Order: sequence, then C-alpha cells, then structure tokens
Amino acid sequence: MGKCGFEELQHTADWALQVWAPDEAELFRQAALGMNALMGLKLANKPARRVKISLSAEDTESLLVAFLSEILFHLEIERIGFEDFSVKLNGNRLIAELWGKPIRSIEKPIKAVTFHNLVVKRGEDGLEAQLVFDV
Amino acid sequence: MIRLQDLKKISEYEWEIPKTYRHDMRVAVRLFVTRRLLEAALQDLSIEQAINAATLPGVVEPVVVMPDMHQGYGFPIGGVAATRYPEGVISPGAIGYDINCGVRLLASTIPLEAAEARLDTLADALNHYCPSGVGTEGSIHLTTSELDAVCRQGARWALKKGMASEEDLRRTEEGGCLEGADPAKVSQRAKQRGINQLGTLGAGNHFIEVDVIEQIFDAEAASAMGLQEGMLALLIHCGSRGFGHQICSDYVQDLQGAVKRYGIQLPDRELVCAPLDSPEGRDYLAAMRSAANYAFCNRQILAYHARRAFEEVFAGSGLRWQLHQVYDIAHNMGKVETHEVNGRKMKVCVHRKGATRAFGPGNPELPDSYKPIGQPVLVPGSMGTSSWVLVGTQESMERSWGSTCHGAGRVLSRHKAKKDFRGERLRNELEQSGIHVRAGSMSGLAEEAPLAYKDVNEVVETVSGAGIARKVARLRPVIVIKG
Repeated sequence: MGKCGFEELQHTADWALQVWAPDEAELFRQAALGMNALMGLKLANKPARRVKISLSAEDTESLLVAFLSEILFHLEIERIGFEDFSVKLNGNRLIAELWGKPIRSIEKPIKAVTFHNLVVKRGEDGLEAQLVFDV
Repeated sequence: MIRLQDLKKISEYEWEIPKTYRHDMRVAVRLFVTRRLLEAALQDLSIEQAINAATLPGVVEPVVVMPDMHQGYGFPIGGVAATRYPEGVISPGAIGYDINCGVRLLASTIPLEAAEARLDTLADALNHYCPSGVGTEGSIHLTTSELDAVCRQGARWALKKGMASEEDLRRTEEGGCLEGADPAKVSQRAKQRGINQLGTLGAGNHFIEVDVIEQIFDAEAASAMGLQEGMLALLIHCGSRGFGHQICSDYVQDLQGAVKRYGIQLPDRELVCAPLDSPEGRDYLAAMRSAANYAFCNRQILAYHARRAFEEVFAGSGLRWQLHQVYDIAHNMGKVETHEVNGRKMKVCVHRKGATRAFGPGNPELPDSYKPIGQPVLVPGSMGTSSWVLVGTQESMERSWGSTCHGAGRVLSRHKAKKDFRGERLRNELEQSGIHVRAGSMSGLAEEAPLAYKDVNEVVETVSGAGIARKVARLRPVIVIKG
C-alpha cells in the first residue's frame, strides 16, 4: 500500500499542496480533500446532494486541474462543498460522482487551480503531485 | 538555482540577468532592486520565474522585474514582459487570474481632525454599502445581456446607470473601457460567476481603505490630483472577481492544447500561450478585455457605494463629503501598446502581473490634467502601513515598458503568517494604533499581517531611486475594510 494523503507546502504568495495516492482516482480524491482543508471548509449538517460530472482534457494534469476547478465552481455558484468523491478515469476522460452539502463556513476561498510546475509522477510510494492554488 | 554572482549590477537600483544565463532565454531580465531586496528575492522562485518568462516566443528585451516581486505561479508577481504584436504570444498566466486587479484613489477635502469622531460610523457604513467576503453577491443582479454590456462598456456602463461621472471615466486607465472586448468569447461558467458579483470587494488581499494624506512630496503633481495634506482619501483595491478567475482558468486549460499545435516549448505549463494573431490568442484577448472592463465597472460601482457611505456620514456636518476621482489603474493586465525600441516605434503586448502602468508626462493616453505631470500610480502598502501616490516618468517609458511597482510584495507565506500571527490580536493592535478595522475573516486578516510583506517605503524608494516613478504623496490608513 503506497502513501496516501496531502500536506500543505510553503509558498510565498499563494497556497501549495503535496498529494500522494496509490492510483490516479485516489490522487484526485486526496487533492479535493486537501483543497477543502486549505480553505477551512465546514459543511452544514444537512442531507447530502449528489453531483455527477464528466470531463475530458489534454492529459492527467489537465484533468486534475479541470476536476478541482469544477469543485470550486460549484462551491461559489451553488454554495456546496463536497466531502465524498467517486472518481473513474479512462485515459483523458473522467467521470465522477460527488456528494456535497451546503457550506456552513469557509475561512478563505481559492480563486483558481494553477498548472504551475504540475506533474503527476510515479514515485516509490505510488503517485504524487504538487498543486499551487491562486488565493 | 540562480545565485547573486550570476547577476550583473548596473546601478544601485538596477541588476541584469544576461540572456546567456540559460540556453532557452530569448532576452535578458532587468531587475529594479537594491542589493538587499535582491538577496531577499533569491530566497524564493521569483527570479527563476522571471527567467522562464524570458523564454516566451516573441518576447522583446528585456523582461522587467519590480522591487515588490515575489514568487507567483508561472510568471512572477511584479513582472513585466512585452511580446511583439501580432506575431509574439499572449499568455494568460502572465496576466493572472484576477484580470485587471487594480487600485482606485478618491480624494476629499475633509480634514482628518474634523472627521475623527465619525470614523467608526464611516467604517460601518463602508462595510454595509461595499459587500465583501467569500462568494459575496452585490445588490446589482444583471441579466445576461446587461453582463454582456458591462463586458463591452466597462465603467461606461456605470455612467449610463448614474453611478459614475464623466470626470471619473477621464481619470481611469483607458477611460474605464478597453476596446475589443467580446463577451461571446467568455464561457457560460464565467458569466454564471460574474452575473451577481458586480459591486463587491471579495476576499483575499482586496480592501477598501480610508487614508489621511500624510505628506506631499511633489506639490505640482499633488495639486493636479487634488491631494491636500491632512485630508481624507479612499483607496479601493479589487478586480474582476470570479468572472476574471474563471476566464483565466478556462483559457489556461484551453491553451494547453494550443502550445502543442503551435510547437511552443515552455519551462512551465502555467505559462501556456498562443500567438496574438492566432484564433486562440485573439479569443483570449477578447475575453480578457471583457474581464478587464468588468473590473473597471466593479471598482466604479464600489466608488459609487463609498460615496453613498461618505454622504450618509458627513452630509449635514458642514464638511464637504464629496470624493473626487484621482485615478484608477490596473496592475494585472495585458495591453497592446506602442513603445520605442532601439529608436523605433514598436507595437507590443505588454503583460503586467503585479506591476502598474506608469506612463510619463505628455503621453497621449493621459487626460489633459495629467499630461504635464505623468500618469498617477497608486501603490497600496500592506494592511495598516503607508500607501503611496507616484507618477510615471520618461525613464519608465524608456527602461521598464512604461511600468513600475504595484505594492509591498509578500515575503512570508500565508501558511507561516497564519501560524505566526493571530487575526484577533492583529485587529486589536491596528485598532490601538488608531485604525478602524472591519474584517470578515480573522484567519484572512492574519495572512495579511504587515510583517508578511516587504516595507512598501523601501519598494517606493527603489523605484524612485531607479527613476521609473516619482513620489507625489504618502497616505496613512485610518479605516481598513477587508473581506
């Protein structure tokens, strides 16, 4: 079993996150959870709502940025945050089901997910990626 | 990693990285810094990012970096890169997600001592009229066609709605409206985000500040701007909100494919770009201009609301509550401009990210009242510290693509700032020093702690010493409103 999780990294102006997972689907899930943690997102104790998304992009990195950007879009427009994710990847396509609840509070939003030095690479412990967010 | 010995000292305020430093650099990088600020900049990746910017196809010598530089993503904050028009490229990441993030300054003839007893009420009124914070919606709910009109007309839309004056528009960069905006090039997602956010401040480092004009350094320029020592002024710092963020996100994603189609090699994917004369480049330019116009209109509406707050608090007090516009200027923008390069006029696309346009005296882009003095440059300091009013110079035209600094520039990560400072304590300290604070988030306040930034005075002394701006006035905050 490889390393699985996320950790905030130092960045002068913005926020950065290191993410590890045994496979791509889990990497996407951990990145979303890490993004929630950075924003200090707290959800209301209300019934969960399911949102289905389908995305295609140039490559895995582009797909990861598109997936996280999709979450930010729902967060701002519908005021829902997601706490559970079922992600399926097939080449450069992604189908996911997200379970979300209304936002109770958020410390600070993320403006955008960047491509800065973004590479999904295989290390000794599985997959890893570094993400930089504009805040 | 680049070291101090890799840089060539030109003067006390100017350093250079020759284009021979790295094989893929097309031009040199020129840094307007003191040795002290340079040594600080070498601690993060800002200089590496400036070197990466020097690899953009069509970039014209030099890439310029300002003393308030800090590490961004792809392109450094405080960077300026000009690319040949139309065969060079345009890069959304070199403009930033908050398209036309900028600053507006309004000035009054209300003396601080006459207003002091009302400052707390004024802080409440500004906080009430100017919505701030996460995902905030304003009081203006646009229809889709109205949003398209905002994209095309910028601050002129506010004029039609009675929320601006002709003088406000004259004293705004580009008259508050970039030509060539096309809302058809903006995604539905961006429109969904933008439709209810007009007239809102948002969160992050954006703010509204009431300042006192503490010291005048250039009497002629200050007089042209209507700035008097001891009087109140108002600074608004914000941009194009979720509308601009989504437009940049959409095009950074879309252009990932374009770089492959055009065979462009880049050291960082965040620098993705397309030739200015390609369909992708033209589309981004038209969408980016839409966001820029949205931001001009946003700051105009916030100014309208701030005027309502001033009227509510000062009307009937015997004080003239009116706020006149000094200037409104972007510091995240891509503009097609004509500059002199090696004695010849050249049309270029100037990418400014965390850098302010600073046109010198006589420039035809300036309103008549500012032609003799040069374009006003507004440099907000970190929270609770001084802000500055400068003017552009002939040297800025010749040496820095008509650009200068934009603020203090971060030195401490947000993570470390949150760890080292407590929002509540910071607010108390600011209040004790006579600054009235209204803040939506205490952790957000902690991230913006003054010690997380460089000393804005040092940044201003550097651009002034280098000659790429001239000091006009220093402002001191008395009210800070943050999201």
